[in-house]
Parts: sequence; structure tokens; C-alpha cells
Amino acid sequence: MLLASPDIARDLQDSGLGSGLAATFRLEVSQALRARWFWAYAAVFFGLVGLLLVFGLTESRVLGFTGLSRTLVAYIQLSMAILPIFVLITTVRSLAGDREAGVYEYVLGLPVGIGGWYAGRFFARYALAVAPVLGALVSAVAYGAARGVAIPWVELGFDIGLLLAMILAFVGLGFFIASVASSVDLAQTAAFLLWLVLILGLDLVLLGVLIRDRMPVEGVVAIALLNPLQVFRIGSMVLFDPQLVLLGSTAYAVFDVFGRVGFMVWSLAYPLALGIGAAYAGFLVFRRGDLL
Amino acid sequence: MILVDGLTKRFGATRVLDGLSIEAPSGQRIALVGSNGAGKTSLFRCLLGEYACQGSISVDGLDPRRDRARLLRTIGFVPQIAPRLETPVGAFIRYVAEVSGASVDEIEAVATSLGLDVAAVRKRAFVRLSGGMKQKLMIALALGRPTRLLILDEPTANLDPAARAGLYDLLAARGRHTAMIISSHRIDEIAPLVDRVVELDRGRIVLDDTVSDAGALGSTFFAQIETGRPEESFARAAREWGLAQVEERRWRGTIAGPDRLRFLGFVARHAGRLAGVELREAHRENGNADTHSA
Repeated sequence: MLLASPDIARDLQDSGLGSGLAATFRLEVSQALRARWFWAYAAVFFGLVGLLLVFGLTESRVLGFTGLSRTLVAYIQLSMAILPIFVLITTVRSLAGDREAGVYEYVLGLPVGIGGWYAGRFFARYALAVAPVLGALVSAVAYGAARGVAIPWVELGFDIGLLLAMILAFVGLGFFIASVASSVDLAQTAAFLLWLVLILGLDLVLLGVLIRDRMPVEGVVAIALLNPLQVFRIGSMVLFDPQLVLLGSTAYAVFDVFGRVGFMVWSLAYPLALGIGAAYAGFLVFRRGDLL
Repeated sequence: MILVDGLTKRFGATRVLDGLSIEAPSGQRIALVGSNGAGKTSLFRCLLGEYACQGSISVDGLDPRRDRARLLRTIGFVPQIAPRLETPVGAFIRYVAEVSGASVDEIEAVATSLGLDVAAVRKRAFVRLSGGMKQKLMIALALGRPTRLLILDEPTANLDPAARAGLYDLLAARGRHTAMIISSHRIDEIAPLVDRVVELDRGRIVLDDTVSDAGALGSTFFAQIETGRPEESFARAAREWGLAQVEERRWRGTIAGPDRLRFLGFVARHAGRLAGVELREAHRENGNADTHSA
């Protein structure tokens, strides 16, 4: 959808058949590899996997999960807690910070199309956000395979898809916030507030709403279905816990209304659409007015 | 050809550009002067398509917003403040070369002519370079590719005399097929580089005049200074200007034509130590040699 836009397509063509996109992608990656945030971010996820492996790959059993399934469930749940805020803050800080640091003034004075530049940055930030998360997970799987532990391939594949979709959603939201906000402080505040709202929209609050019966079930379900965190949370448990025993009643209601396969499709498609849509809306806002 | 007509830029109630109109034929060199807030940088940003403005701008028939990438391929830009990029210098040069269709070798050759050893700083983060190194690299990135318009925002700030002389040579080598707009707070800094001066004040043109200067680009001056007694601080400064000590109290060298006002400033600062000064035009591209002595 992002690349199909005629405006971006024109920009890409204008800047030399996407050379602006590829060059900007490489520039962004080389810049990030020098930044402390990226290595701190990578260390968190590799450390997380290391700890999960150390605390028992095969020996322990928690809530019925053992081995790599247990590691995967724990990793996904922890990712849900860490990833959104980390991705949001680093994305908006980097983008809005570059504007204040004179990077936009210089780079946008070069013959790179706005669409190619924006898309190049978007894909680079996405790749940078995905690489440590996926790298750590692949390391865990390789370690498990070497130890002869059974690998839950279906669950693993679906959860990787969920992680990719969720990261895309938050990178896209970060791009939108950075395009709208005029300063780093404002962008960070907006990103934090968004994360807070999404956290509040998780089960406990929704349960409260259900219990007090102030809102029809459809409304609560709609809110849950529009909250990428909730979608990710439920989606990550669908394969491991078909009865949704571990999830709250809201999740069960959502599951009941939507159907199992339908929700699995939604949990991948919605965050992807949200991320791309938010990034594209950010591009339209960015391109419309002053670029600095 | 640059055509600006009724250009207005507002930030809230403040007009930073107020109905500005200017016309510049191809190859003209314009000094854009004015105090802080006069509108110089805003005008640059409008020309580069970075600001959405009211009125019209056309550079060689192209609109900076609508034909952005195509137009910017013909413009070299040196900002007043270098971007704070963590990117290694080598990757930064490759990026600029790739998006602007330039050659890395040409950019590095220009950097070398300005006294920047690219090989030594290739892996260093751009932001970690000294102010002078950054300035040299920004100039090399703008001049190391084929452009028809150069927009230079305080280009000589942070440059030592040798690098300034290198810059003047590079600008002179561009000939008349490259137009230039050079901004500065001070007219004496850039007057020798240009043939027209435009002064802005609160977004309006308050002066638009032509300049006829003996010390134009491409000229060099022979300089000789004699001091009353040997002085280490003077010797250091003289060496920075590229002067060689020919006798105990006598120094000789050549000064780039556009740099002579700045050189006279250096001489004036050491006036108490001087026994004699000679400044004579040594070479001129157009052949109209004349002599100035002090």
C-alpha cells in the first residue's frame, strides 16, 4: 500500500528509480549501528532469551508449557511488555531528533525524493527494530535444536508473524507521531501517552467496563479488536491455549465473537494495516507542509 | 535563472519573508546579507523546497516543491550548521554521491584540495569531526558534483586561510555557468566573491546593488610584511596565512584575492609590530592587473 501510492511512486521515480530509498535505508542503518540505543535494545532481547534459557528450557513446567513452548510463551509475553514502548520512543526520538539536529535541513536539500527518503527510513527503522527480536528468537531455537528439544514450528511461525506485525504497527505509529509533533519533547510525550492508553485498554480496564455494564459487549469487543496490544496478546495465546484459560473474559468474548481462525488472520492483518496506514498518514502530513 | 515573485512565509503571525521578489540571471553571484532573523535561511529553505511558501519560485523553470528532486540535482547546498549525523564519513559521502548521481572520487578530490584527509577520517562519525573538517566536507559534498546553482550559508566560517584559498579557487573554477547565493552576516566577508549584493531586513529586500571588485575570484596578491622585531605570536599567525620567513623579520607569500580584506584585518591586529607592508596584485584571470600597496 505504501509503495503503491502514486505520489510515492512518482517521488521514487523522480529520485532515480528508488535509489533514494535504498541509499536512505543504508544511511539509516549505518547511523543506527553507531547509536547506543540500538545496542541497548539488542542487548535487552538477547539477554531476555538467555535468561529464559538459563531458567530452564526442558526441566521446568509452567502452566502446562515446557521446553521451547514455554520459552516462546514467556518471550512473547515479555516482548509485549517491552517492544511497544521501546519501538515508539526510539522511533520518535530518532526522527524528531534528526529534525532538530539539522539532518532534515541538509538531507532534504539533496536530490532525494521525499517518498523515497521517507520509505527508506521507514523500512530501515523496521528492520532495525525486528533484527534483535528475531535474532534472539532464532538463537533460542538453534540452542533448543542443538539440545534435542522438540521445536513447536507452527506456534513459532505464527508468533514470529505476530511479532513482525506488532513491530510494524508501532514503527508506523512512531512515524505518524514524529510527523505530527513539532519537537522531540512533544513527540516523546505523545508516544508515551499512546502507549499508556493502549495499556489501559488491556483486560483489567475492559473487565471493569464489562462488570459495570456501562458499555455493550460489542463496544468492548470493538475496543479490544482495535487495540494492537490486546490483539497481539490474544493472538499469541491462541495456538498454545485454545480454551483461552489464561486470558481474561474480554479475550474470551472477542474469541467467541470472532472465531479462532478469523482472529488469527485479524491478529496478523490488523497490526500490519495499522502500521502501514499510520506511516502513510504521517507521510501525507509530512509532505503537505514545511519539511523542517 | 532564478525568479522569485511575491514570496511570503509566515510562522503564526510573524512574516519571515514578506512579499519578496528577486530575479537573477544564470551564473550571477549574489551575496545575501542581513542580521539574524532577516530571512536569509528562510529564503534558502524556500529555494530548496523545504518550506511551503506563498508566492512563486522558479529555478530554471522548475518549481522547488513540485519538481523537488529534479531541481535539487542541479543545486549544491552548504548549510550554516552541519547536521549532527552519527554516520561514518565514508558512508555519508557514498550516500550523497548516490542520491545526487555524483562520483565519490570527485567529492573526495575536492575535500583533499581543501585540506581534508578523507582517508584518515573515513570511519569516524561525521558528528565527531572538528568544525573546520565538517565545513570542508560539506563544501566538498556541494562542489564535488555538477550543479548549476550553489547555495552557501556562511561557507567560510570555521575555515583556515589555506582552506579558504582552496574554496575561492574551486568557486573560480566553476566559471560563469554556476550561479551562487552566498549568505553572511557581514558583507566584507563575502563581497569579493560576488557581483551583486542583496540585503534583507525582516523578510524584505532593503538593498540590491552590483559589486565591482578588483580582488575577485581567481586573483592572487603578493604579500610582504616586515616586523620591527621577531615575535612568536606574529610568526604563528603568519605561518597560518601561508607566509614564509625569508629573513629574521621579513615574511612573504601569496594571498587569495577574495581573502585580502581578511588578511588586512590580520595585519591591522599586529600594526604595533609592523615596520613595512606590501600587498600587490600578482595575477588576474582577466588580465587587468593593477597594484595596491600599503
